[in-house]
Parts: sequence; structure tokens; C-alpha cells
Amino acid sequence: MAQETYETLEYDIIVIGAGGSGLRAAVAAAEGSGLKVAVISKSLLGKAHTVMAEGGVAASFGNLDAPDGWETHFYDTMRSGHFINNYRMVEIFAKEAPDRVLELEAWGAVFDRTPEGRIMQRPFGAHTFRRLCHIGDHTGLELLRTMQYKAIHSGIDVYQEVTMTKLLVSHGRVAGAFGYFRATGRFVLFRARAVVLATGGWGKVYKVTSNSWESTGDGAAMAFRAGADLMDMEMVQFHPTGMVWPPGVRGILVTEGVRGEGGLLFNSEGERFMQRYDPERMELSSRDVVARSIFKEVQAGRGTPHGGAWLDITHKGPEYIKRKLPGMYEQFLTLADLDITKERFEVAPTCHYTMGGLRVEAETCATNIPGLFAAGEVACGLHGANRLGGNSLSDLLVFGRRAGMGAREYVANGVTLADIDEAEIGQEMERVLAPFGREGGVNPYHIHERLQEVMTNHAGIMRSGEILEQGLQKVLELQEEARRMSIQGSRTYNPGWHAVFDVENMLLLSEAIIRSALERKESRGAHWRTDYPDELPEWQTINFVERYEGGSIRVRTEPVKEMPEHLAKLFTYGKAPGLVQQSEKKEG
Amino acid sequence: MAEEFVLSVWRGDASGGSEVEYRVPKETGMVVLDALHYIQHNLAPDLAVRWNCKAAHCGSCAAEVNGVPKLLCKTRMDDYQGETVSVRPMKTFPIIKDLVTDVSWNYQVAKEVPPLAPTVPAPFHMMQIDADRVQEFHRCIECFLCQDTCHVLRNHQAFDRYFGPRFMIKIAEFEMHPKDGADRVPLLAHEAGVNMCNVTKCCTEVCPQHIRITDNAIIPLKERVADRYYDPVRLLWRRLSGANPRSETSAAT
Ligand SMILES: Cc1cc2nc3c(=O)[nH]c(=O)nc-3n(C[C@H](O)[C@H](O)[C@H](O)COP(=O)(O)OP(=O)(O)OC[C@H]3O[C@@H](n4cnc5c(N)ncnc54)[C@H](O)[C@@H]3O)c2cc1C
Ligand code: SF4
Ligand code: SF4
Ligand code: FES
Repeated sequence: MAQETYETLEYDIIVIGAGGSGLRAAVAAAEGSGLKVAVISKSLLGKAHTVMAEGGVAASFGNLDAPDGWETHFYDTMRSGHFINNYRMVEIFAKEAPDRVLELEAWGAVFDRTPEGRIMQRPFGAHTFRRLCHIGDHTGLELLRTMQYKAIHSGIDVYQEVTMTKLLVSHGRVAGAFGYFRATGRFVLFRARAVVLATGGWGKVYKVTSNSWESTGDGAAMAFRAGADLMDMEMVQFHPTGMVWPPGVRGILVTEGVRGEGGLLFNSEGERFMQRYDPERMELSSRDVVARSIFKEVQAGRGTPHGGAWLDITHKGPEYIKRKLPGMYEQFLTLADLDITKERFEVAPTCHYTMGGLRVEAETCATNIPGLFAAGEVACGLHGANRLGGNSLSDLLVFGRRAGMGAREYVANGVTLADIDEAEIGQEMERVLAPFGREGGVNPYHIHERLQEVMTNHAGIMRSGEILEQGLQKVLELQEEARRMSIQGSRTYNPGWHAVFDVENMLLLSEAIIRSALERKESRGAHWRTDYPDELPEWQTINFVERYEGGSIRVRTEPVKEMPEHLAKLFTYGKAPGLVQQSEKKEG
Repeated sequence: MAEEFVLSVWRGDASGGSEVEYRVPKETGMVVLDALHYIQHNLAPDLAVRWNCKAAHCGSCAAEVNGVPKLLCKTRMDDYQGETVSVRPMKTFPIIKDLVTDVSWNYQVAKEVPPLAPTVPAPFHMMQIDADRVQEFHRCIECFLCQDTCHVLRNHQAFDRYFGPRFMIKIAEFEMHPKDGADRVPLLAHEAGVNMCNVTKCCTEVCPQHIRITDNAIIPLKERVADRYYDPVRLLWRRLSGANPRSETSAAT
């Protein structure tokens, strides 16, 4: 290989990822600290996956339902997570979410208003009260844009379209990250005293997905290779309502806001089938339940023409729909030639969110590698076995901030820059350039398509031991084949080159998903096994944790942290804490 | 033989390039971005095109389709039945490669816009009717199609004298925020160059988010500048531009 060079940049803290969590972390890291902070993203600033979030951000203001409070938000989140969540994360989250949302308001976000002039809140699946602060159906855009403008005025350096391929760890602590500028293909080394990973999820491992091309799990895979622990990898959320037709839009999200605003689900026989699966909460049941219900209806032969269910919001009238769901109205009109104010439309489950990820400490978001922090979708623990709608956006703010502060405190303790191993950098450059030299190899896009097929069929909504085992074999074979991925063209903005490493990351995480899905021999939340259809109490006390050692994955169990008494008590009334207070008040 | 679409895609880099023809199998409801992905996955893996959401939410995929600035993920192939569809990068910005342009100038401008300076702490007491006025501007997805279209930037390259329509929207968003206390009028009059705009409304026409950039942001901002700096000629300006006189007071609530 000709002598390759790279540029070296030095920072106190680098944040990899410029979604909601990364930007919030960077702002917290830089705030009043005088530290040199950089945020790095593989796409342009303001385009991260977060921008696509629609429905809202959950925070228990109780602007419409006064009895709401952190206890009820805590209760709803633990229940939806089927109790394998890290209770301490949930507690911090439920308590801090409202302050984080108000911060956004002060930084320029303009939420929809109540008639009294407060922040409007809409109902969402499995939230006891109306809790999702929103701006029409583009809340993610509002959050991301607000954070983007806050960040560029906070003295943070922003590196756009820079892709990291390797996390560097030296003598057991983080040393920085290595990657390349996409516009030129030139290599760059970021040396840093602390690193915050905010790289998002890996929903792109499935064929039908609501996720953007960025959701390839780079951060999780890089950290995993470097020795970080992954947890709850079997937990993948399938959102009940993705678009179905025409083929090009399959998987694109139909916000839960449609059901939140009153949309109803019907099967091909015109029956409101949720009656059968969750008569109490109906359309606003939790996502795992609604997704499975649609799946079962289709399997029973009661699906719509293209294999889904009907969603109908027409009874709300055109004016209301266009005001509260303008994005959805436009999306269907331009992409599907369909006017949702006049017609019902088809929906089917789509891969949406990865609950699993890097195992972190609740207070600081520290991983098991000193100096490495993680927040947002790449981290794990808050959502347990099933994420509640709206809880991700507040997660980004609460734990983005905490990760930034965690990194800041870690650095304040006087850590220096860790050493860089030149040989390791040399090997990495060689690895990243290798696909250019392989002639007649396999096309990375085709490996990706085949992986998506395997994961959808073998580790999707419906799983069993046998199907998972077969899937594992196929993923291992694909990993082997992927060693021969090759690409053509130059290093200048070459998406095919980029895809090679996206695919390598997804192959590793897919294996992690299947290995832990095989271990969890029960059904819980998003994880549904036909060979173990029941939720079993003995599995409620453990999380599966994976570590990458000597080139293979080792799975172990860790006990779920037990709730202290004052929190455990919240689950003893037979209903949500807010409802208990409400009925006590009525009686009193 | 399966039916096909024919695309002519600009390929090249800063040193030059030309359109290359590709044939793509037809699929119901296909958008231009789908066709480009087909090309990328099967015919030319190094074809450079930006995208993220494929649902018109992120503003990454701006380009020019048959000469018209558009989002590739929102433009249907069947709008061009029987035609060769030409896809070229935005003309106003320097080329990086193929359909990807260097839009970094916009991010530099963004830093020049002073953020919201609230006069009271949150939570704000704000009615929907006040929110309505600015929420329209919050729909902007920063696709920069308006910047690409505006002749001040496209034809006159006045990058040092005008922030462009996108940033008029951004300034309007803060200026008209009911709780904002900052004064951006001097910025508008000088560095931001609101007077460079001669209200052709071409930006509004291409905005995929249907933001009424000229009527609802630029004209009211021009009025603020006129009020402050050119009051005596204000009437004359209005007559020349044909702008609709609007009351300033409603913005100051
Ligand atoms: C369509 C849709 C709608 C949603 N709606 C809602 C909702 O209404 N409410 C809610 O709470 N949640 C919602 N979610 C979920 C939520 O949007 C996401 O979970 C969340 O935005 C993830 O944010 P993040 O900060 O973790 O990462 P992301 O926003 O995914 O950002 C990841 C960042 O990491 C960068 N990155 C990744 N890899 C690399 C690398 N190798 N090198 C450099 N940079 C890298 C990317 O460029 C990007 O900047 C929705 C999700 C989708 C897909
Ligand atoms: S109206 Fe003004 S900003 Fe818009 S395109 Fe015309 S000159 Fe440019
Ligand atoms: S104002 Fe419209 S055209 Fe301009 S950047 Fe925003 S969304 Fe795009
Ligand atoms: S890909 Fe997001 S707007 Fe087109």
C-alpha cells in the first residue's frame, strides 16, 4: 500500500452523532466548561434520523390532564417495557423530561398550544394521560432544528459528512475515533479525552423499515468491537403502522398520531379487530400489541389487498386532519395518490426502533469502557422490552444532557489524551481501503438486501427457536461472504464504499440480535416466540448482555435492578398512580 | 420485456462531467430517488446522491429534475411518462460529486442569525393564534431549494450580500416570535441584505413545504427595515413592489 496519511484533530470531548441526543450532549459538554468539543455526523447537520420523528415528545406536564405526573409516566414506561427496564433510568427520565422540553421552548421551539396558551399534549398508545407535546406531525424536525441552532451558537465545532469507522481504546480507556471525510475520502483521527456515542439505532437490518439509511448501528458495532457491553439486543420494535402501497413507500412511517387523533383500525371484514386483542385500550394499546394484532389478522386471512389493515381517520373531517396531521396528508397525497381526509388507507408493521444497545449507567450514561459514554437510541435500559411512543425524543434530551455532563465530569477529573497506536491506525486504513483492491467481489448493496431478507424472515415480529437458529446460520454465512465485498470508483463521496462498512456493522449486530433472541425463551414485549408464547416471571429478572471477545460473541445474564420500595409501591394499586389520586380526590 | 424508465443523470465532480443514461425497471408509484437507488444498487454503486428520510421530511435530496429544483423523494417518475428524466445537481452550489453539492455556505450563514432571546422564562404563555404566525416557518426542512432558485444567488452569486430566502424565513421565525426580545433589523438591512430580494416569489414556488416565503416572511421583514431606515420612501416602495401593506402592530404582541 502506498503511504497513506491522515489528519489529526484534538478535542477534550467528541460526540459522534448529531441527532437529538448527540446535539444535546454536545451542548451540555460545552456549557460553561471551556472545553473543546466537537460533534461529528455522517450526514449533513439537521438531517439525522431524529428529523423524521412525527408524533411528539412525552413529558408529564399534565397541561390537559392535571393528575399526570412523573410517577404515572414512570409507571407507564415500566409497564410497557415489561419490567426489564433499568428502573433508575426510567425514574430520572420521568422526572427530568418536562424541564428538558421547556428548555427547547426557551431555545425557540414553538409547540402547538392549549386554549389556555400552554403546550398542547396529545394522547398516544399506552400513555395513561395526554402527554405528547407536539408541533403538528413534525415534532422531530422541531426538536432537531432547535438543537441544531442551539449547538451552532454554543462554541462547538461541527464536522458534517465525516464517517467514523473505528473507536480507539488504549490501555483500557477511550482514545478517540478514526474515520474519513466523505467529500474527499481523506482519513482523519480525532483524539479525545472522552467520547460520547449518539449514533442512533440499526433499524436498517430489516427489509420493511421506517428508518433512514443512517440507522446501521455504527456506534454500537464500533463500541462492541472495542469491548463495550450490548444489552437487550433481542428487543426490536415493530411499529404497527407503516405505509404499504405503492411498493416504493413500503415501511415509511404513518405516525401513531393518526391513532392518537382518533384514527380507527379495521380488518378486511370491516371489523375493529383491536376489540379482540385489547378491548380496553383498543387502537391506543402499546405498539407491540397493535403490531402483533395486525400481523395475526393478516395471517388469519383478514388482511387488506396488500397485506395490512385499514386505518381510517376520515370521520375527523378535512380541516382537523390537515391541521393536526399535515405531513401525513401530504405524504399520502404525493406518494400514494390518496386523500386521507376522504379515504381509509392500508398500514402494516414496520421496523421502527431498537430498544437494545450499549449498557450504560443511569446517572452518567457511562459504558463499561472508561471515557466512553452513550445516549439516545444507541444506548439501552430506558425502554426495556418495548418503547412507548414519544419516549424516545425525551430520552434524547434527558440522557443526551446527562451523557454530555458525564463526559464533562470525567474530563474534569484530569484525564489526559490516551496514546494512539500507529500500527493500529495503519491497519485500519488498510482495512477501509481494501474493498477498492478486491476485484470481482460481491456488491455491498446486495449483501445488505439479503441480510434484510434473512432478518425479516428469521428474527422479525414472529420468532421461534428453529427459525432463529436457521437465521443465525444464514447471517454467519453472509458474514463470510461479506469478506469479499468490493467497490469501484474513487474515494470522493462514494456511497458504495460507505455501504461496505454499514453492512459489516449490521452483520455483527444482526448476529447479536439473534443470539440474544435465542436465549430469551419466553415472549415479552416486542419479543414474540411461538415456541414460548407466554411471558414468564422467571425471565423478568434478567437482561441478556453480550460481549465481543476474540472474534466471537459471548452472551451472559445480568440481574434486572430491583426497584426500591417507594417505586415498587406504585404498581400495587391496580391502576396508574395518577388515576388513584384522581379517584381518591373524587371520593374525598 | 418489462417496462422501463429512462434517466439521464449528471455524473462528474468539480473538474467536470456529463449526463449518463440509465434504464430502470418501472414500478408503481416510483419516485426519482427510487430510480436513482436502483441505479446505485445495481448499475453504479458510486453514484453520489444525498438522502435520509425518503419521505420529504429531511430536505437532503434536493436536485434539479428536468431543470426544475425539486426533492427527489417527492417527485414521481410517472409525472414524466414517456420522457427521459434528466437529473442534475443544484446549480447554485459548487459540485462535490454527481448530485451532491457543497452547501456549506448555508451553514456559515446560519451562524450569523442571532438565536431567540426570550424576554420571559419558559413555560411561555402563548396562544395558538400567535404560534400560527411563526409555526409556518418551522416547517422548513433546509432543503435549500429556495436558495438554489433565488436569482440573487443563482445568477448573481451575491453570496456576500444576501442570506437568501431560507434565512429570511429563519430570521422571521425569531423576529415574529411573540416572546423574542432581540433586534435583528440592522442585520436584515445590512449583512443579511433583505433589500436584495425583489419579490419575484420564485422561492415560494419551489418550496416543497409550501411556506409562503415571500408574502409571509420577506415582505413583513422588508417593512420592518423600511420602517426603521427609509420611512419617507416607504409608500413609494410599496407602490413599486406591489406589496400588500400590512400592519406592523400585530407582530409586536
Ligand atoms: C419515522 C420515525 C418517526 C418517529 N417518531 C417518533 C416520535 O414521534 N416520538 C419519539 O419519541 N420518537 C420517534 N421516533 C424515534 C426517534 O426519532 C429516534 O429514536 C431518535 O431520533 C434517535 O435519535 P438519536 O439521537 O439516538 O440518533 P439519530 O437521530 O439516529 O442520529 C444518529 C446520528 O449519528 C450519526 N452517525 C451514525 N453513524 C455514524 C458514523 N459511523 N460516523 C459518524 N456519525 C455517525 C448520524 O449521522 C446522525 O447524526 C421516530 C422514528 C422514526 C424513524
Ligand atoms: S422573492 Fe426574493 S428571495 Fe425569493 S426568489 Fe425572488 S428575489 Fe429571491
Ligand atoms: S424555505 Fe422551503 S425551499 Fe427553502 S429551504 Fe426551507 S423548505 Fe426548502
Ligand atoms: S430524502 Fe428526506 S427529503 Fe428527500
